Amino acid sequence: MFYREAGDYKTSYAQDNQTFPIAFDRYRYYFVVAVGFALLPFVMTDYLANAILLPFLIYAIAAIGLNILVGYCGQVSLGTGGFMAVGAYTSYKLMTAFPWMDMVSVTLLSGLMTAIVGMAFGLPSLRIKGFYLAVATLAAQFFLVWLFNRVPWFFNYSASGQISAPERSMFGWAITGPAANPSVKYLFCLLFVFVLAWLARNLTRGSIGRQWMSIRDMDIAAEIIGVNPLRAKLSAFAVSSFYVGIAGSLFFTVYLGAVEVGASFGIQKSFLVLFMIIIGGLGSIFGSFAGAAFMVLLPVALTRIFADGFGWDTALARHIEFVIVGGLIMFFLIVEPHGLARLWALAKEKLRLWPFPY
Amino acid sequence: MDGQTSTVTPDGRTIGGVVMEMRNITLRFGGVIAIKDISFDVRHGEIRAIIGPNGAGKSSMLNVISGFYNPQEGEVWYKGEKRKPMKPYQVARQGIARTFQNIALFDGMTVLDNIMTGRLNHMKASILDQAIWWGRAEREEVANRQKAEEVIDFLEIQSIRKTPVGRLPYGLKKRVELARALVAEPEILLLDEPMAGMNVEEKEDMCRFILDVNDEFGTTIVLIEHDMGVVMDISDRVVVMDYGKKIGDGVPDEVRNNPDVIDAYLGVAHD
Ligand SMILES: Nc1ncnc2c1ncn2[C@@H]1O[C@H](COP(=O)(O)OP(=O)(O)OP(=O)(O)O)[C@@H](O)[C@H]1O
Ligand SMILES: [Mg+2]
Repeated sequence: MFYREAGDYKTSYAQDNQTFPIAFDRYRYYFVVAVGFALLPFVMTDYLANAILLPFLIYAIAAIGLNILVGYCGQVSLGTGGFMAVGAYTSYKLMTAFPWMDMVSVTLLSGLMTAIVGMAFGLPSLRIKGFYLAVATLAAQFFLVWLFNRVPWFFNYSASGQISAPERSMFGWAITGPAANPSVKYLFCLLFVFVLAWLARNLTRGSIGRQWMSIRDMDIAAEIIGVNPLRAKLSAFAVSSFYVGIAGSLFFTVYLGAVEVGASFGIQKSFLVLFMIIIGGLGSIFGSFAGAAFMVLLPVALTRIFADGFGWDTALARHIEFVIVGGLIMFFLIVEPHGLARLWALAKEKLRLWPFPY
Repeated sequence: MDGQTSTVTPDGRTIGGVVMEMRNITLRFGGVIAIKDISFDVRHGEIRAIIGPNGAGKSSMLNVISGFYNPQEGEVWYKGEKRKPMKPYQVARQGIARTFQNIALFDGMTVLDNIMTGRLNHMKASILDQAIWWGRAEREEVANRQKAEEVIDFLEIQSIRKTPVGRLPYGLKKRVELARALVAEPEILLLDEPMAGMNVEEKEDMCRFILDVNDEFGTTIVLIEHDMGVVMDISDRVVVMDYGKKIGDGVPDEVRNNPDVIDAYLGVAHD
């Protein structure tokens, strides 16, 4: 009965414009943030961090980034893995070339570098759309992986061709390297997620967000009311790649510690993040989180249930995962393109009217 | 008329000098000549209609004005200057807004967001300002929301503010599209068949809105319309096109009695 707009009068346009217009949603958001920052770090285990929370947080950043490009601006990209690799390799080069540089700067600069690369690969979007653009970004994906594999400068001529993150600390706490504490890694990622999600929310509710959506919904009309398509599309590519680059950087420096480009940033990664936003909801920040959580939790849950619970083969659990994800992708693409976020919104709409639907 | 002096209409509106002039425009699509050597002018504050049978080239003319097509020959003069070939978004920034014959709204966005998008040329906060939101971006958003709400009130669409436009019926969509164009505070408003497909009541509303816009904001309006009754009622001057050629130009009464126009509309030979 308290999930209501009634009685919660908005007296200014700023209030009408806030992220969580319903008080209950606002409190739930404060609660989640409080649990995330104040509770979870104290109950952290290696398993919780490595199996669930770190990948969830990092993929959430990547999903928000891709959602800005695909869900908000309507430009399809299959290059996410390649752009994550740009973030990872920029971090590696920065960390090895400038050992004194702090990790926040390394991560942000990696995002910036990826934004520049993303804009360059976004240029074709001015001429081509839809399927053809997807193929062009696919080419970017393969080109980038090939580049990081074949040009030894990128992996500092190491014999294995892998890159590994040296240990770096801030304020006496190791963030990267084998000595890093899972709570510290988690908080470092959470801080990025928190700030980046907030920035993304601001961008998508303002003028530039509307320009992106107008390009997505009808590019000709957008142009005729004054949207510069070049600026709108390239800014979407830049912002999106910035996020994806930061995700790639964290994936390498904080989460894995060592990567081989083909294995970690291959085409599977592009599809994984794309599935996250399709299942979570295109054009929704919340959906990016929901999709990331779903795709991270699903394999964990299935392994738990089928392998640990029923004693089945883990390979079988993997196959069940493919079937479920495939089915869901089809379901959401056909029935509900706005994904889990939309289902959630529908549930809330029902709740708002309950118990009097009129 | 020398193009500079202003006149006062019988209903008391002031019509100023020439604000836009099309000079010898020719537009071809491959072999098809959509517009053939057409010239006409638009005066400040007037309602200028373009009429003609289907395929006459009316929409093409609006598309030339809004920079969507670049004519092979001819010049567009705007505010006393010859206009360089421009992209549509540059034309929009010069204060020319429009609606489309086939509604072109942003279906995935709410009515309010559609209208707010129309304010974009008045919003100057950088991407960085917008990302941080507090301060400049928020102030600008609220100020422009104010303007959007004025237009929403004016067009009487308060109750559908937060509705996704994809869910609206046709007549309301047309109104939202007008709102989106209007909120830009254009100097010239181009309307491509704003009343097509509407019932009588909706047409009356739309007529009233067009007249009010012109009267209250002094907006110059160029409109394409098939309904002769409406055109003769609300427009100050009319251009008549047929097969890409201009066959008449003048006040409604002149045009009505022009034999070429009668032929084009009735399709009979004139003796
Ligand atoms: N993009 C295009 N490519 C090729 N031909 C075109 C194009 N746009 C318009 N035409 C042609 O130009 C001519 C004029 O079309 P236009 O749409 O301007 O007519 P109209 O007067 O608006 O007609 P209606 O009343 O049906 O809207 C038509 O013969 C049309 O087929
Ligand atoms: Mg037309």
